[in-house]
Amino acid sequence: MARLASSRWSIVLGLAIVIAALPFLFPSNYYFRVAAIVNIFALAVVGLNLLMGYAGQVSLGHAGFMGIGAYSVAIGSAHFKLHGLLAMLIGAALAGLVAFLVGRPILRLKGHYLAVATLGFGLLISMALANEAAWTGGPDGMGVPRLEILGYRLRGPDTWYYISGGALLIGVILALNLIESPTGRAMRAIHDSEIASRVAGIDVAAYKLRIFVLSAIYASVAGSLMAFLNGHITPDGTAGFLRSVELVTMVVLGGMGSVVGAIVGAAVLVILPQALTIFHDYEHLMLGLIIMVSMILLPRGIVPSLLARLRGGGA
Amino acid sequence: MSFPLLETDNLSIAFGGIKAVDSVSLTVQPGKIHSIIGPNGAGKTTLFNLISGLYQPSSGRVKLGGEDVTGLPPEQLARRGLSRSFQNLQIFFRMSACDNVMVGRHRHEKTSMLGHLFALPSVRAENARSRDLAMGLLERVGLAGVANKEAGSLSYGALKRLEIARALATEPRILLLDEPAAGCNAIETEEIDRVIHDVAKSGIAVLLVEHDMRLVMRISDHVLVLERGKSLVSGTPETVRNDPRVITAYLGTFGTEEANRA
Ligand SMILES: Nc1ncnc2c1ncn2[C@@H]1O[C@H](COP(=O)(O)OP(=O)(O)OP(=O)(O)O)[C@@H](O)[C@H]1O
Ligand SMILES: [Mg+2]
Repeated sequence: MARLASSRWSIVLGLAIVIAALPFLFPSNYYFRVAAIVNIFALAVVGLNLLMGYAGQVSLGHAGFMGIGAYSVAIGSAHFKLHGLLAMLIGAALAGLVAFLVGRPILRLKGHYLAVATLGFGLLISMALANEAAWTGGPDGMGVPRLEILGYRLRGPDTWYYISGGALLIGVILALNLIESPTGRAMRAIHDSEIASRVAGIDVAAYKLRIFVLSAIYASVAGSLMAFLNGHITPDGTAGFLRSVELVTMVVLGGMGSVVGAIVGAAVLVILPQALTIFHDYEHLMLGLIIMVSMILLPRGIVPSLLARLRGGGA
Repeated sequence: MSFPLLETDNLSIAFGGIKAVDSVSLTVQPGKIHSIIGPNGAGKTTLFNLISGLYQPSSGRVKLGGEDVTGLPPEQLARRGLSRSFQNLQIFFRMSACDNVMVGRHRHEKTSMLGHLFALPSVRAENARSRDLAMGLLERVGLAGVANKEAGSLSYGALKRLEIARALATEPRILLLDEPAAGCNAIETEEIDRVIHDVAKSGIAVLLVEHDMRLVMRISDHVLVLERGKSLVSGTPETVRNDPRVITAYLGTFGTEEANRA
């Protein structure tokens, strides 16, 4: 079971089955909507996990890239009348370019310094989005024209559930491929010993930058999907600091260095607040408590800790 | 007459006024084992750090295969065929033993990230080739049995040999080994001895720092004694062993240190 859960194709197959089967359990559109949000966050978190969990570089500003993806779609289709998909591609390229330019100077920093620098970057993006009201509608946000493909308007949460599920599946396959490649080994090596990596011929700075750019593109695509799903976006909702913290929490809670963990982390953090509304006033208290207890009981994150227990032969 | 593969010319570095390495010149020939010995703090590891590009010398030059490589970073030296192991292990602890060695293949692998993302057939073939080579090297250092174990779970002696396997995976022209036998038992030391021998025989130049004197005297072609950053004596194992200055240095600091180890 433990080995099954970590082999590449069983992960992909398992995820595909879950995505295809879940709708049979959904009593209403509301469930499709929540599940679509899970897919979208999971996509961003799979990308961020490549950076944090595998390459060992923290980013506290990753929602900034989600914001770039979301607003590229909104501005591209509203102001420039671009096709939504084209706007999404432009957003991904833009996020990659911004990550490349920002990453070069700040990825030289390590640990807390890198955390604060990326945090600053995230704030910068959300401030810019809030201030450029003529383009973005300011803090109140802006509407996102519906995506139209071959004359069909894609609007229902069920449609976006399947689209985001497909995107997540592709994102997972690419991430798993990467991890088992020379690039993947290089980034895991950098995490454990930069010195030994360099002596093995790895250009550490170049690899950190590559992974940063890749994770930014993941976040941007997720941001674009979020914009399409919601039909309305705000700077705080897409690029805000709390969003960045949420993404990092999903990575750590689900399990650093685990693709499945990234998905589980996203699912837990999206679904829990919905489920906890039954506690009314104590909702946030319960959420915080559950996160704390989970980290204490499963310190390496939900998936790696549980897998370790399975391997250990225990229950 | 073969030309030297590695040459240092009056290499020096100081830390806060203390000259850790002071005008050290040495040459290493392909296929030869050149050892550096000396008491603790003599500057052996610092000399390695200078040669492998981790430290910048305050003066002096390093030549690799006739090319001046002074000040080049380690990753560029790796591409020119220099590799090393570390006295204070630098292991990828969260990766399997096999993956550790596969990282050593990096400079021989294609680096197109797009190819890696889409797991193109050529990438998969290359992965398989790297894995085979890594397994062969693990076999060579006696670690085939733990290839799929996480490196963090291996014993100290195993990790020492894992470092050698990883360094060999880069297919170096020159290999720097910093106390490869430290902390290893007799059987492991013998295994390391044999590996170093084979490596040199295959034409790779070996620069060795080692405290195990019997090992050094047995396998070295040339020995350099460092003391307080300076080269004290240099020559064949025979000359070095019989040099009165070395005997003093040994009986002085080195002897007691060896005794402490026992
Ligand atoms: N980065 C550094 N900063 C300051 N001092 C250093 C640094 N690296 C080495 N030194 C000093 O340089 C001297 C030589 O140290 P080095 O580690 O090279 O000795 P060594 O010959 O390898 O000793 P050992 O046999 O214990 O490994 C020591 O006095 C050490 O404290
Ligand atoms: Mg040393």
